Amino acid sequence: MNTIFYIAAAVALISTGLAITGRNAIHALLFLIVSLLAISIIFYILGAPFIAALEIIIYAGAVMVLFIFVIMMLNVGMERETENRWLRPRMWIVPVILSFILLIDFIMMMKGMPHHAISGRIIPPKQVGISLFSTYLLGAEIAGMLLLAGIVGAYHLGRQKKKVIHRFLQNEDDEINNTIQ
Amino acid sequence: MVTIPVEIQLLFAALLFLMGLIGLLVRRNVIFILMSIEIMFNSAGMVFVIAGSYWAQVDGQVMFIFMLTVTAAEVSVGLALILQMFHHFKTLDADKLSNLKDTN
Repeated sequence: MNTIFYIAAAVALISTGLAITGRNAIHALLFLIVSLLAISIIFYILGAPFIAALEIIIYAGAVMVLFIFVIMMLNVGMERETENRWLRPRMWIVPVILSFILLIDFIMMMKGMPHHAISGRIIPPKQVGISLFSTYLLGAEIAGMLLLAGIVGAYHLGRQKKKVIHRFLQNEDDEINNTIQ
Repeated sequence: MVTIPVEIQLLFAALLFLMGLIGLLVRRNVIFILMSIEIMFNSAGMVFVIAGSYWAQVDGQVMFIFMLTVTAAEVSVGLALILQMFHHFKTLDADKLSNLKDTN
């Protein structure tokens, strides 16, 4: 089980790195899906099978499909001039070295502490459901209202406003344009 | 039986969050920025699940479900905003949107 965790963690980190550095948005999204699958394996190992399933169904299924849909709809080319200018080593090497020292500090501090193994107890979906709809009932209702607000907001923002111009005004607009030209 | 120390798992979640943060800071494409936010959300939720697994309680997983709801709402509104932005400015570069008013 431990080796499975480490393999999945390595796959998740590598594919996330490839996702955030990819040039093509679709390829980056595919790497992100691989990363989500690896994270789902980790959730399964941690004893959260329900969360592992939700990770695949909602993240890799719904959210990523939304992303792919928008990218295909926009059909955009990549603009990378600014990014290429920013990615010159001279600009980021000093802060990266300093933050890396801090990261080493952090890891050493954690290594000094006594190790705590996880309980490894599998929490079945039934318990999660009971807790969600009894202890956290108010939270579930608020989450529902948030989703409603999300739907209304997405509809309002994503609507293409139709331009309605009266015949007379349209001619006037053309005349104005002609005089300007 | 799983015997991975909880520190390693928290470190993994922190590294994932860090990758999302780097992507958010470095990339200028709005779609990539939104993807990086997704990665960060995911790693934050993972910390909840790790803590829930450590204490053998269900609360961590319930919190992850709430976080999933927030993410879904955020993504739908964010992608609608991206659509509007592309419709108005014909670009996805976040730097081109630094003005409040149209200059052209």
